[in-house]
Amino acid sequence: MSEFSYIYLIPLIPLLTFLFLGFTAKKIKEPVSGYIGTAGLLAVFGLSLYTAYQYFFVSGLVNGKYEPVKIMIREGWVHFTDKLAIDLGILVDPISVMMLVVVSTISLMVHIYSLGYMHGDSGFSRFYAYLSLFTFSMLGLVMSSNLFMIYIFWELVGVSSFLLIGFYFEKPSAVAASKKAFIVTRFADMFFLIGILMVGYFAQSFDFETLNSPATYQTIQGWIANHQIFSFMGLSIFTWALILIYIGGMGKSAMFPLHIWLPDAMEGPTPVSALIHAATMVVAGVFLVARLYPLYYHIDGAFALRVVAVVGAFSALFAAIIALTQEDIKRVLAFSTMSQIGYMMMALGVSGFEGHEGLGYMASMFHLFTHAMFKALLFLTAGAIIHAVHSNFMKDMGGLNKYMPVSSIVFLIAALAISGIPPFAGFFSKDEILAAAFEYNKFIWFIGFIVAGMTAFYMFRLYFRIFFNKQTDYGDHKPHEAPFTMAFALVFLGLMTIVAGFIPFSELVSADRMPFHSHIHWGDPLVIASVLMAASGIGLAAFMYYKPTDYPDKVSAAMGKAYVWTKNKFYIDELYLFITHKIIFDHVSKPIAWFDRNVIDGFMNLLGVTTEKLAERIKFLQTGRMQDYAMYFVSGVIAIVMLVIYFR
Amino acid sequence: MDILTLFVVVPVLIVLAMVLFTKDLKQARMVTLIGMLVQLGMSINLIVRYMDARAAGNHAIMLFEKNVPWFSEFNAHYHIGVDGVSVLMILLTTLIVIAGTFVSWKIDYLPKEFFISLIVLATGVYGFFISLDLFTMFVFYEIAVIPMYLLIGIWGSGPREYAAMKLTLMLMGASALLLVALLGIYFTSSAGGQAPTFDLLELAQRKMDFEWQKIFYPLAFIGFGTIGALFPFHTWSPDGHASAPTAVSMLHAGVLMKLGGYGIFRFAMYLMPEGALFWQDFFLILAVTGVTYGALSAIQQTDLKYINAYSSVSHLGLVLFALLMINKTAWNGAMLQSLSHGFITALFFALIGMIYGRTHVRDITKMQGMMRIVPFLSVAYVVAALANLGLPGFSGFVAEMNIFVGGFMNNDLYKQVLTAFAVTSIVVTAVYMLRLTGRMIFGPTTKIYTNLPKAFWYEKTAIAILVLFITLIGTLPFWWLQFIEESVNNFIQPLIK
Repeated sequence: MSEFSYIYLIPLIPLLTFLFLGFTAKKIKEPVSGYIGTAGLLAVFGLSLYTAYQYFFVSGLVNGKYEPVKIMIREGWVHFTDKLAIDLGILVDPISVMMLVVVSTISLMVHIYSLGYMHGDSGFSRFYAYLSLFTFSMLGLVMSSNLFMIYIFWELVGVSSFLLIGFYFEKPSAVAASKKAFIVTRFADMFFLIGILMVGYFAQSFDFETLNSPATYQTIQGWIANHQIFSFMGLSIFTWALILIYIGGMGKSAMFPLHIWLPDAMEGPTPVSALIHAATMVVAGVFLVARLYPLYYHIDGAFALRVVAVVGAFSALFAAIIALTQEDIKRVLAFSTMSQIGYMMMALGVSGFEGHEGLGYMASMFHLFTHAMFKALLFLTAGAIIHAVHSNFMKDMGGLNKYMPVSSIVFLIAALAISGIPPFAGFFSKDEILAAAFEYNKFIWFIGFIVAGMTAFYMFRLYFRIFFNKQTDYGDHKPHEAPFTMAFALVFLGLMTIVAGFIPFSELVSADRMPFHSHIHWGDPLVIASVLMAASGIGLAAFMYYKPTDYPDKVSAAMGKAYVWTKNKFYIDELYLFITHKIIFDHVSKPIAWFDRNVIDGFMNLLGVTTEKLAERIKFLQTGRMQDYAMYFVSGVIAIVMLVIYFR
Repeated sequence: MDILTLFVVVPVLIVLAMVLFTKDLKQARMVTLIGMLVQLGMSINLIVRYMDARAAGNHAIMLFEKNVPWFSEFNAHYHIGVDGVSVLMILLTTLIVIAGTFVSWKIDYLPKEFFISLIVLATGVYGFFISLDLFTMFVFYEIAVIPMYLLIGIWGSGPREYAAMKLTLMLMGASALLLVALLGIYFTSSAGGQAPTFDLLELAQRKMDFEWQKIFYPLAFIGFGTIGALFPFHTWSPDGHASAPTAVSMLHAGVLMKLGGYGIFRFAMYLMPEGALFWQDFFLILAVTGVTYGALSAIQQTDLKYINAYSSVSHLGLVLFALLMINKTAWNGAMLQSLSHGFITALFFALIGMIYGRTHVRDITKMQGMMRIVPFLSVAYVVAALANLGLPGFSGFVAEMNIFVGGFMNNDLYKQVLTAFAVTSIVVTAVYMLRLTGRMIFGPTTKIYTNLPKAFWYEKTAIAILVLFITLIGTLPFWWLQFIEESVNNFIQPLIK
């Protein structure tokens, strides 16, 4: 269809700005490079909105179903076999269009915000180059039409994330964090890649439309039913493939136990945390499962989806518990992100497929959308606060309400949204998630319900301790409100957080691509319960933190070991360090290196020594003059060549 | 004179010109550079003519063939010709020699002799890639290997005599095995009552007896495999590279080590297909071990050259691994990986040489924060590291993906499991590459190395050439694959029923 023939421009523009800024980073100074990047993003934003309008309201709906549109850019970029190929194409369907809007909106806001935030930084142009690279990769990821193509962009967002986390490359902690993020996600990507290979082997295609077609999943399900494909530990190997692909998603989306890189990733500049580690890249795992949803749902009675649900619910709870005790505001937000992504995963996992049964799927995408808005807002506000007080720690803050009124208001809006208080965006999406979970399994719902309360508590713990609580003496350096560019982004996202909940999402995005009706039943006990839960979380936070009290200390003392473990994130990092350094490095890698130098090479040297002794006997041949060797050698070569020429 | 013979004649003329007319470094490097630019023109011309011939519907296995009797008493011919793979290998060689010349722009000790040895080495490599006669091939192979001894022994650093001796002896030992295999092929070819022959295309028509294949195939495989860093015959490589001068490391790791995979592809497997299938599972174990073992060893190294040498063991292990998988996809990947590794590793060695030339240290724990000190070189190092760990957009990714997909598409659980093992190398590679950049390039700037010169123009030129081609392969793989595919299609025929 030709109405989307312009669409290749969407990823192309940031790619061009990346190349341009990358090659001219030394010559173009602040703020020109920022303007170039922002202008490019503005164009992308406009095109994305136009695409969304065109797709959702003009041409997408055909006979009551959103039909996917595929625009091929390069067919057979790499041909593996007759059937398997990496085709570079763009898939326009409800979730990709939705993601286009999310990515371009947040990215544009971060570009604008950074004009102020990164002001005066010596790496200003480099920062914008990296932002462009990331935006290009992320747009490519969401628009991919091919499983292998998504892997390409998957790696590219990984490297952009690596570069941006390590943006302050002279800071050892930033370097370590960037390395950790890359390696942990690479480790997950290894499983992803093996999963891709397995899916390709069985389905004989990498193309999403083919993979998700009934023909494919019915054939494979038929093989499974007839025991025609190998099974391992009671599960068909194809289900394992889907689980392996999901492990790739767990790595990117910081699901337990692959979440350890996300808190450290906060070493990057705060706008980066907002863009990559809150709104866009970390939801790539959710997007991946959603992208392959028909396959996940129809194979082996959706067993892989059960794994998704359990991992998601557990991560949501686990992260929420840790977030209760963290002192660094960015880390609280990081764990909150992990918890909310757990929600999205959980919603996908509990979802059905057709019509209203696909509520979980819709809710997951809806929550992805609203979460992107309010979490980016929280991070950007946190950035403004850090900018003002020059610290990440809550103990250095307090009473900021009177210095930073705009930040205070938008933070409050975002905190209400994430807590699920109507009419803010998070309420609607979270409520749909809980409703879907309730229908699926009461225990999963209960976890989600508890997490909702915890979320409200830790968010308002943050809010009260930053803006109220003690009146910190800031000395001569009074905190001040963010400059215009930063405030603009905050206010824009604040407005989005207020209105986004009213988007009739189920009319646009659904598992089977058919619109359905879904609306909040205000009198439903479930809705009332979750709002009450959130309200009590907020109330408790107000009780403990609105004014300085000694309750927090008393509570933490009463919790004893539990508090210490939580504060130390359950020592998962230490466990990883133990496994990698103590076991793999010390007991695998070192012995191998030793073996190589001493056993294998030792044997070769033994041969060498023997030969040397032989050489002692024939050394009269050697004159010791290098010129002689060279002379013999060259004359030999010339002789051979002459011979060749002569015989021709 | 035909277009292919020129590839070995022009270098000889350059050497002659240098012997007769040049006196100092400036003249020597100019003569080398001009000669190599002529070679580049010839390579491009070859590619164009090759594409024209294929487009015109010439589907012969080999193009531009020449066949002249050489030693008629044992039927050895100067038989040359090229197909898609050799055309690309010739281009690779030319580009790496040019980059190597720029890198050696300021070599101070015996410059003339240095460039002469370098060119002789390149001549051997060109000859090897165009040979279609086992005898001619072997002669060129030895021409390529021997200057290495002089280049390391005279211009090397550290325990250079030891390294040079070890490298030469191990490669010579491998050559001996290879020679036995070649002679075996030669003598068994007379089984049908014809005169024995060294001719590749002729030999492919005469079927070798399976019992003989079983004996000679492993000799040929190990003979070629040693120079292709086959585990456990790879130990010459870390020491050899550590002591070799920069341009030699570049040429050696970038081109010479490719002769191994190329030889197996072109000669060993093509002539002894049943032997290859018989020994497949055994050698696969060695190759997979090399892939993971090389990567794990690299984690423990602190010397830049050792890291890169072990990385080469791992990445060239993938070439052998792919060849042993015996299907078209994997073979395409093997050839692509040969090219890709050639450019990437040459870039690494060039950068290591440039950094060492400034700091006189190659230990990554003794350097820190080089990004602020030598920004151009540091950025290039990060690019090389990312390319090496298989980032999409660079050449390593497409090559490795062809290999993994190829390996996995075998309808055989054993090979699929081995492929999964090989895939682990992408994580380990990331570990040692990022450990290196984290230690050496990032981090706080130290006081020790503050006044180092920035990259010079000739250094930037060398880097730019290599990075350009790494990116070209990574972004336009289909262009490169069109050469590889038809060649692979012809040479895999005897192996697939």
